[in-house]
Amino acid sequence: MPRLPTPLTLPPDRTDPRRKRTLRRRRRTESATAWAFVSPAVLVILGLSVVPVIWSLLLSFRASDLVTPSRWVGLDNYRALAQDPHFHEAVRNTLVYTLLYVPLSIVAGLALALVLNRRIRFVGLYRTLFFVPFVVSATAQGVLFSFVLDPQFGAANSVLHRLGVSAQGFLTDPSQALYVLVAITLWSGTGLCTVVYLAALQDVPQELTEAARLDGARRRHLLRHVTLPALAPVSVFLVLWQTIQALQVFDLVYVTTKGGPLGSTTVIVYFIWEQAFKNFTAGYGAAAAYVLALALFVMAALLRIARGRARTEAAAR
Amino acid sequence: MTLTALPEATRTPAAEAVVRPRRVRLPFSAWHLLLAPLAALFALPLLWLLVTSVMSDAEINRFPPALWPSDLDLGGYRYVLGNAMFPRWLLNSLIVSGVAVVSNLVFGALGGYAFARMRFGGSRVLLVLMLATMAVPFQLTMIPTFLVMKQLGLIDTLGALIVPSLVTPFAVFLLRQFFLSLPRELEEAAWMDGCSRLRVLWSVVLPLARPALATVAVLTFLTTWNDLSWPLIAINHDTQYTLQLGLTTFQGQHHTRWSAVMAGNVITVLPVLLAFLAAQKTFIRSLTTSGLKG
Repeated sequence: MPRLPTPLTLPPDRTDPRRKRTLRRRRRTESATAWAFVSPAVLVILGLSVVPVIWSLLLSFRASDLVTPSRWVGLDNYRALAQDPHFHEAVRNTLVYTLLYVPLSIVAGLALALVLNRRIRFVGLYRTLFFVPFVVSATAQGVLFSFVLDPQFGAANSVLHRLGVSAQGFLTDPSQALYVLVAITLWSGTGLCTVVYLAALQDVPQELTEAARLDGARRRHLLRHVTLPALAPVSVFLVLWQTIQALQVFDLVYVTTKGGPLGSTTVIVYFIWEQAFKNFTAGYGAAAAYVLALALFVMAALLRIARGRARTEAAAR
Repeated sequence: MTLTALPEATRTPAAEAVVRPRRVRLPFSAWHLLLAPLAALFALPLLWLLVTSVMSDAEINRFPPALWPSDLDLGGYRYVLGNAMFPRWLLNSLIVSGVAVVSNLVFGALGGYAFARMRFGGSRVLLVLMLATMAVPFQLTMIPTFLVMKQLGLIDTLGALIVPSLVTPFAVFLLRQFFLSLPRELEEAAWMDGCSRLRVLWSVVLPLARPALATVAVLTFLTTWNDLSWPLIAINHDTQYTLQLGLTTFQGQHHTRWSAVMAGNVITVLPVLLAFLAAQKTFIRSLTTSGLKG
């Protein structure tokens, strides 16, 4: 193919057809390579996440037992949820659990982090000991504490007995079980807050605290006006994270109480699991899952806003 | 825990005067009085787990139960490793977690690199979709995922546990963010030398991305090893149990053999605990940075 002389005034790559073609070809193979790179991730994530989200929504409008063909029931599942006392109880239990666990774990985590941020010995050892329960699975925690808190053979009652306190029911007592679960999760979950706060405390600018100190600020004021505001974005993140974890609690409940005694520890996710895989009312379970997802979504959106605000405020200081 | 005080020498008035402007002076051991019992309280349940796993059932079932074993009794371990299926469950857990870690590293790196450095049609939409799925709670997808796995004939096999954890949006996104933070020049030099994208990724980018890869490996291992909900749904047959599912079922069936239950519990916890103690810095850094930057 005869080549036309290239006008000098134009950039060569716009007019040279051969170069243009190789460029295009290169871009096309590049695009193919890119698709090959992302396709496993896209397939798994879209196939097992995006599709199920839509499927769940459709399922929540149907009566399904996961085996025989399902039938369209419209909003009946949601209407039934609104009137189901068991679901109300599950929501109430989940809220009590969350409202106790989230603030307690964050305040305790912050307090421990502030103490461990001082120049004292064995900080590494303390941090390890506070954090180590976090890597223990909820199953193992549940099995361990069902034993420790066993009313008859457990060490807890044995110790109480020696102290002259009467035996407690713990997880078998409807008025205690939910609080015992909060205590167990505090044991395993506080360490995460501590290490996250400790990491954030490293980032509090030294000049800021030094300057405040030179201005004669006391430790208490330093904490209130310098340290805590600097930690605000991390606190918002922890509130969000811990709340999501708390609203989704399941494993520990399944292992220790199976929602009992007398439904006192039936939480939302346990309710969903029971409906879908025990009672085989999957449509009903899917509707409950959508209610939970909506609550989580609203939470996340609210905290995202709060986080943006906390960040700009922290930056402004 | 030992309570320690500052050596007397550093408490001389001269030292006091030097230190005073920097920090409020408190008796050094005061914080240990608070921290040591608290740390002991945190450590006690795990210590108790270890102790009861080597206790005899006779001692455990006495009232009031013994708090310390009179001698070492390995009956629990013998039962768990001989009569029960714990070795099989341990193997299953290792397979599922091992495959999940490796495949998350491979597919996470490939996907993350494409999203970070390559141009292709639909990349923006895909990235947004992928990010959005990170916010989807497991409960929303578990019923349809069960149905998909049933269609694929994977229910009651390890495949049902492996396929959904092959690659997470978290792995893709975390690695993408890390790749974006690397300087482009290094890759461009290799690219000019005629290396393929795969070659550039393997020999230039990945060696630099070790901390991010470690984070993905640690968090994938932790979540897959510790998961109970999904195995509970996807697996019925006890030969396919993971350790978590096996442990809770075993506890339900052997309510009075506490020493065996605790021995099984030790076997379930030990791999994560050892991994944590061996790579504590990586664990803590992974958990703190992935949250702080997200």
